[in-house]
Amino acid sequence: MDFLKDPLKLAADWLIGLMTGWGMPEGVATGVAAFLGIFVLIAILMVIDIFLVWLERKVVARFQDRIGPNRLGPFGLIQPFADIIKLLIKEDITPANADKVVYNLAPMLSMMSVLILWAIIPLAPNILGVDLNVAALYIVATGAIGTLSIIMAGWSSNNKFALLGAFRQVAVMVSFEIPMVASLLIPTILSGSMGMNAITRAQYPLPFFILSPLAALIFLIAAIAELGRAPFDMGEAESELISGYNVEYSGMKFGMFYAGELLHAFTFGGFWGILFFGGYGLFGLEKLPALAFLDNVYINMLTLIVKAVIGYWIIMWVKYTMMRIRIDHMLAFNWKFLTPLSFALLIVTALVHALAKDASPWVYGLSMFLSNLVLGWIVVEFLRRYSRAEREKVEGPAKPAMEAAGH
Amino acid sequence: MIPLSWYLIFAAGLFSLGLFGVLARRNAVAILLGVELMLNAVNINLAAFWRYGNVADMTGQVFAIIVFAVAAAEVAVGLALVISVYRSRNTVVADEIDMLKW
Amino acid sequence: MTTAQIIFLVVAAVTLASAFMVVTTRNLIHAALWLVATLFGVAVTYALLDAGFLAVVQVVVYIGAIAILFIFAVMLTRKEMRDQGPQLNSGWWISALLAVLTFGGLVGMLWGWRGMDTLASEMPVGFDSINALGDALISPNAFVLPFEVASVLLLAALVGAVYVAFNPRSGDSRK
Repeated sequence: MDFLKDPLKLAADWLIGLMTGWGMPEGVATGVAAFLGIFVLIAILMVIDIFLVWLERKVVARFQDRIGPNRLGPFGLIQPFADIIKLLIKEDITPANADKVVYNLAPMLSMMSVLILWAIIPLAPNILGVDLNVAALYIVATGAIGTLSIIMAGWSSNNKFALLGAFRQVAVMVSFEIPMVASLLIPTILSGSMGMNAITRAQYPLPFFILSPLAALIFLIAAIAELGRAPFDMGEAESELISGYNVEYSGMKFGMFYAGELLHAFTFGGFWGILFFGGYGLFGLEKLPALAFLDNVYINMLTLIVKAVIGYWIIMWVKYTMMRIRIDHMLAFNWKFLTPLSFALLIVTALVHALAKDASPWVYGLSMFLSNLVLGWIVVEFLRRYSRAEREKVEGPAKPAMEAAGH
Repeated sequence: MIPLSWYLIFAAGLFSLGLFGVLARRNAVAILLGVELMLNAVNINLAAFWRYGNVADMTGQVFAIIVFAVAAAEVAVGLALVISVYRSRNTVVADEIDMLKW
Repeated sequence: MTTAQIIFLVVAAVTLASAFMVVTTRNLIHAALWLVATLFGVAVTYALLDAGFLAVVQVVVYIGAIAILFIFAVMLTRKEMRDQGPQLNSGWWISALLAVLTFGGLVGMLWGWRGMDTLASEMPVGFDSINALGDALISPNAFVLPFEVASVLLLAALVGAVYVAFNPRSGDSRK
């Protein structure tokens, strides 16, 4: 029955047994087995990445009332492989006077910053790289490496547009890191731990998107900004900067940026699921006696992957329905609205947690939810007054008839 | 396992390299880079003494975190000063910023 | 030699080599990027010391904020991307001598100390250093006052940096 409960340990034990049987010392065998595990995980991620390209193209086509890739294979499923062949056989250009080492290092760092995130993602209670006790901060730390790769790409390309794009993108990423940290601290407060496994376990019976819907929303917005996707795709801005920081990259080096971005979006969808939607749990369904068969490693993995795809789909939905925001509006939105809001939410959550942590789960959940609701209502009311004041500056005082019509 | 002396000698080397950077570099930004190296060397010592002393006593780690905060403040103000000087004097070479000299 | 020792030696060598590059490279952007490598090496050192929180904070604060700030500052304070002129001042060999003397003095001073060959004790089972650190930072019996002072310092630095770097001529073009 080990095969159903802990397949990872089973495989590792089998491999180590095999290798020590060949006369390898046990320490080396463990190292080789760990390395193979990482290798297999990255290989699976790359295959997922290929299908993410297909998914993205198909979904954007539906959003834009098109069919999307449909010629190669059923539903155009072979299209991404054709894309890869195209990327591989394209000429690999390095611009004149580019800083070659930095120029070549940037796409690798960009891809790496995404791949190392998967070290802490728990696909099931025992299927994870490492149960780090600072996992929530680790997410932010990998974001720092992503920021670095973008500024390296922009600078080393020796291109004004690339540098401008990198400046804008880095300004956005550094600023939106603050609401992201604040929103990551809320699952930390609610679960009492920064470890991903502990956060997942703490979401039974109440997932954190019920306890703190505002935090889930802030995390989603900050994640989209961190990804540099529309409406925050200031760094790329095809219509103004051609393509921003990656304009000089061609062939597979561009492919690494592109695939890294897609996988990053998918990964953040997964983190959204882990932090706020119960991770590999099925919202408590698997704890019911009648549905006990759902409490199984494979169902857990499937649950998390489905949640990640849904999160990814929401990120795509936002990307293909929103317009790009001007850079100063974007930074003002972060510093004057999102950051104060996330800090206010953090304070309120900590207060409510301190007051209600000894009460029954239902009282605790209700007071958390209501405090979020009240804060959200205050914010919406404040925004309504602010936008009315701004409009009156331009249009003059609002007419009563327009008020009644709901404008 | 690793003796404490390895960490201390490593930190001493990092500190000396930072000191050389601070003393020998002409560019004010590069001088700040040297200061960062020195602060990091100090932090390694603090973390090492925490690990090799009484682990339950968190003084070393707390001190290291305060050093992080001070380093961030130092860099923010230092680089703001460098940029401000660059605006008015059009140079970041430390020797040429000599308005108070006579 | 154990695995931990080999890892430590490799990390220390890489860190010191990149620190050397930081203080000698002509191109300042490269110096800042070498600084990132150094800081990463220091983060790995923290991880070897079982200080996971410090390792992650090192990456977030130093690489994510300070190194990026350095790169921005280098780009903002140069008219061209290439550096001209010597990067070291004329008395650089005195500085080198002084640095070597400092290193020798520090090592010599430590040599006679009896605590040098201490080995780390095992981490107590069930001891969570993050929890202990969090308690120490906000407990009135421990470090709540330095912690608050540090936050005031950060606020003062924030205001000060904005005030110093603010350019009044370009600042109110939009108002």
